[in-house]
Amino acid sequence: MKRREWEEFLGVNLLRLVIGITVAFLILFLFVIFSKGAPMISWSFLTESPRKYMTEGGIFPAIVGTFWLTILSIAFSLPLGIFTAIYLSCYARAAWFVRITRLSVRTLAGVPSIIFGLFGRMVFVHLFGFGISILSGALTLGILALPMIINSSEEAIRGVPKDFWEASLALGATQRQTILRVILPTALPNILTGVIISIGRVAGETAPILFTAATFYTRQMPSSAMDEVMALPYHIYALMTEGAHASKQVPIAYGTAVVLLLVVLSISAIAIIIRYHMRRKRTW
Amino acid sequence: MKNIRETTFKSLTYVSALFTIIFLFGIIGSLFLEGLPLIKLVTFKTFILNPSWHPTSYPADFGILSLIAGSLIVTMGALILAIPLGIGSAIYISEIAGNKTREIIKPIIELLAGIPSVVYGLFGMAFLSPFLIRVFGIPTGLNAFSASIILGIMVVPIISSMSEDALSTVPRQLREASLALGATRWETIMRVVLPAAKSGVIGSVVLGFGRAIGETMVVIMVAGGAAQIPTSIFQPVRPMTAAVAAEMGETVFGSPHFHALYAIAIVLFIITFATNLITEVVFFRKGDLK
Repeated sequence: MKRREWEEFLGVNLLRLVIGITVAFLILFLFVIFSKGAPMISWSFLTESPRKYMTEGGIFPAIVGTFWLTILSIAFSLPLGIFTAIYLSCYARAAWFVRITRLSVRTLAGVPSIIFGLFGRMVFVHLFGFGISILSGALTLGILALPMIINSSEEAIRGVPKDFWEASLALGATQRQTILRVILPTALPNILTGVIISIGRVAGETAPILFTAATFYTRQMPSSAMDEVMALPYHIYALMTEGAHASKQVPIAYGTAVVLLLVVLSISAIAIIIRYHMRRKRTW
Repeated sequence: MKNIRETTFKSLTYVSALFTIIFLFGIIGSLFLEGLPLIKLVTFKTFILNPSWHPTSYPADFGILSLIAGSLIVTMGALILAIPLGIGSAIYISEIAGNKTREIIKPIIELLAGIPSVVYGLFGMAFLSPFLIRVFGIPTGLNAFSASIILGIMVVPIISSMSEDALSTVPRQLREASLALGATRWETIMRVVLPAAKSGVIGSVVLGFGRAIGETMVVIMVAGGAAQIPTSIFQPVRPMTAAVAAEMGETVFGSPHFHALYAIAIVLFIITFATNLITEVVFFRKGDLK
């Protein structure tokens, strides 16, 4: 009896220790990044271009670059992803085609992000002749986001009760009308949550844009989708691995990391809030 | 008129699904198209088994054994850290924590999952590495050990959330029956709940392996970059992803070095594809593969 009680005591406290280590690491991590990066943040840091070989000035071009890359990649993958999800959950007749599509989605979801970069360099940069540009980078990131959007959208659509579908069809609506006016509006909040989460992922990705879109330094703002851009995640990487003034570059990298974290974390916070409100409003 | 609209819409969804397939085969196709030409220069066996990676010297050596070794040691190190932390966290959240604690801890772990890998890389380079030099007195803090730690922390939320899903599917009655028979919480966890959720928990580890071996930014920034087979965990290594990411920018399109990097990507793709397959077979083995 004694031994069993000891085991219980040790075991449960071991689990507490484990969760404690995990949480403590996150706190340490955030503390380090914010305590070193937050002092860098100022109005001029956010609105000016880098100066003197990246040792001074701000990160405005990187913010603009990340904004365009993210918006364009989602604009590309959102319709594709939602339509694919509609196909898989509402139409899906030919079993072999559905199986191959699902296998593709699952495989794409597991492909390392650097491989998307290689594909993008070969196909968008070289074959399509887009060069190293916002367009190439956004398309590459869009393909990376596609499986996330398909999965969350399909789950959202499947979450709509079957009665809605049947009731709408029974009232004489066509399949298309049912999907567009009943199923999609009902599933929309859930689809949005998934999309927002993938926006967060895309904004923080570095490897896919390494050789499709990103550049260490440009003087001008991008004027078209064919320009190469600076981007927040790539800027951190470049500051840490290139250039000759580490002591001046590292603080800027911390500052950039704070901006990137705030962007990414506030995006996921929005997703969590939407999910919360939706759960409360749902009546079925 | 109505019919045309119906058909058009349906075809549109069909074509979208088709695109997903095209993208996957496009990725596979581009890797093989650019990777296979290397076979003219190096046999498959030398490519895999030669530890000498000197792609730019003359004559060039395209052996990736040391890169594979780098990937494996860093991934294994990461899993040694992430398996106890990830599975332990999952057990704590699902079996021990009260509702309130759970509501706080779950989002925290989700938060960890959302942090971009390049920020982890920055943390490893600028904070962890100098810290390790001070503590262990090692010459460089950018090595397999520090990359393993950072990568391990990155994998914790993946293992934790998937294991927790698996634990939550274990029926309540099993726990209650075990407790009613006089077993302690710990005994219930170890002998009833974990065995019942075994396949999902193993699946989460395999998935974590796939993520860790495919991760690029952390290893390129923190692993040190030396293409050698390490004799100690405190030596710098160059995992496959780091080699591809670091060298691709300098290669000439269509050069042997360029083809060699795509060939590395083939190896990487096959490894991650196999781990995905294993996850699925293990995780959905009850024929749940819709």
